[in-house]
Amino acid sequence: MRLRRVILAVLAAGVLVAVGGLAWAWRPAFAPTSAKQTISDRKMIDRGAELAAIGNCSDCHTKDVGVPYAGGRALPTPFGTIYASNLTPDLETGIGTWSEEAFRRAMHEGVDREGRQLYPAFPYDHFTKATDEDIHALYSFLMSIPAIRNVLPANQLSFPFSFRPIIAGWKVLFLSQALLEKDTSKSAEWNRGRYLVEGLGHCGSCHTPRNALGGEKKGSPYAGGAAEGWNAPPLNASLVTTHHWTVDQLAEYLSTGWHKLHGAAAGPMADVAKNLGQVSKDEVHAIAAYVASLSPSPDYKTAIITDNGGKSQPADIVAIYTGACAKCHNDRNDVGPSKALSLSLSTAVQQGDPANTVRVILHGIQSYRTGVGPYMPAFDTILTDTQIADITQYIRTRYTNQPQWADIKTEVIKARQEAQP
Amino acid sequence: MTISLKINGKSQDVDADPSTPLLYVLRNDVGLHGPKFGCGLGQCGACTVHVDGRPTFSCILPIAAVGDREVTTLEGLLEDGKPNKLQQAFIDEEAAQCGYCISGMVMRAQALLRTKPNPTDNEIRNYMRPNLCRCGTHTAIMRAIRRAAIA
Repeated sequence: MRLRRVILAVLAAGVLVAVGGLAWAWRPAFAPTSAKQTISDRKMIDRGAELAAIGNCSDCHTKDVGVPYAGGRALPTPFGTIYASNLTPDLETGIGTWSEEAFRRAMHEGVDREGRQLYPAFPYDHFTKATDEDIHALYSFLMSIPAIRNVLPANQLSFPFSFRPIIAGWKVLFLSQALLEKDTSKSAEWNRGRYLVEGLGHCGSCHTPRNALGGEKKGSPYAGGAAEGWNAPPLNASLVTTHHWTVDQLAEYLSTGWHKLHGAAAGPMADVAKNLGQVSKDEVHAIAAYVASLSPSPDYKTAIITDNGGKSQPADIVAIYTGACAKCHNDRNDVGPSKALSLSLSTAVQQGDPANTVRVILHGIQSYRTGVGPYMPAFDTILTDTQIADITQYIRTRYTNQPQWADIKTEVIKARQEAQP
Repeated sequence: MTISLKINGKSQDVDADPSTPLLYVLRNDVGLHGPKFGCGLGQCGACTVHVDGRPTFSCILPIAAVGDREVTTLEGLLEDGKPNKLQQAFIDEEAAQCGYCISGMVMRAQALLRTKPNPTDNEIRNYMRPNLCRCGTHTAIMRAIRRAAIA
């Protein structure tokens, strides 16, 4: 019954917030622009493309193997399913009739051209920090890509979440439009990094925990959150593991999706790294500098490889590990074409719960197949749920000094049911 | 160590280390040369077989993990000793150049057609992504799958 009480409380809060926010809920429409915008400033378009990569826009606004930015991807939220909109300049199904003013209002205030409140799955609580200049570049870029007709499915949200005006109430609580003041005690690079991380990069959308109303917990920024079933590890506590990251290592990881002492970006982070690969090294280094500064006492110890040996484990699990995992994860310095590391270096293996380890084994790491990045095959058809659970525990026991995980098989079954991007 | 496997509908006892990849046992102990050794790292798909009907890289599946699951190879798709509809479509469309990837391609495509008898081009492309062809006969492979789908 506790769950029901929590749900009721959430609903009641939602309704109250709605009543309070209604006065602010009504927003005027901007007239549709009559003809397709022609933008000829190539430099501005390229700059916009880079900013869109920093914002990871294409990740949500592209369906599976669909056309980039044409929308339609289902985004599961605790309140129901929301379909990402079509950002191409199609006049009927995209944003082709949006003036720059309308686009800027959407980015800064979360209101669409017609004046409807937008759901905060679109992270305008971060994009509101973007400067008008950067929004102009983004707008130029989006108006320059081919218009794709793509009729989106209707969102599947239950009442009261289906009633858009309540979002105005959400904004009263969680949208702070104040621009970031420059911190003159810090370097220009740090300030640049903060602007990108807090703004377009919207790192906190996943790496900051959320409250029952879906707002980021302001009191615990970057304390670790969740993304599509995966853990988004904390960025504020010695950067995740016993293996500390330097700014340069972080920058390399963000640009390439891989670092030889930390492993591969997997799950939703793989798409972030893929996009950041399109971004200039200076911008990524600034992001890394700011993220590294979130750890209270940076302590750049060299990684120590833990290997407690696996011989004491049941023979069949050792055999499966040897035949399925150890060909690539061979504990030598040779990472091979798959760029596989000793599992003692893996961030996922060190975490408090097995969510990420289980998902990497089930789904593999496929995001970099078109390039030369890390690769891991999906073991979903190769191993059974019980075998994946056993191997996960084997890795945890052999390659960390952390306590064993509980209930891994339940996590495997849960992960199998999630849709994968 | 003797391990019992179910391969193409028959029970087979093999004597091998339990960490041995299924692919090695299929080719060296059982004499089924349909599945190929490509990369040995689960990257290319040349070794694809069905395990309980699902397409699986046999080069990274240790025999200790097979258990009582049913293994089917390219040879297991034959009907009365003749190529089945999909295999015949690959022959008719001349989908093989060097042919090395084709066994894996047929196995993956067969699994697709079993769950989705009439897939769209996009669905075919998406489903076939794990299997690589270096000769570039992808368009012929697409035609073969489409031919088998509508035939």
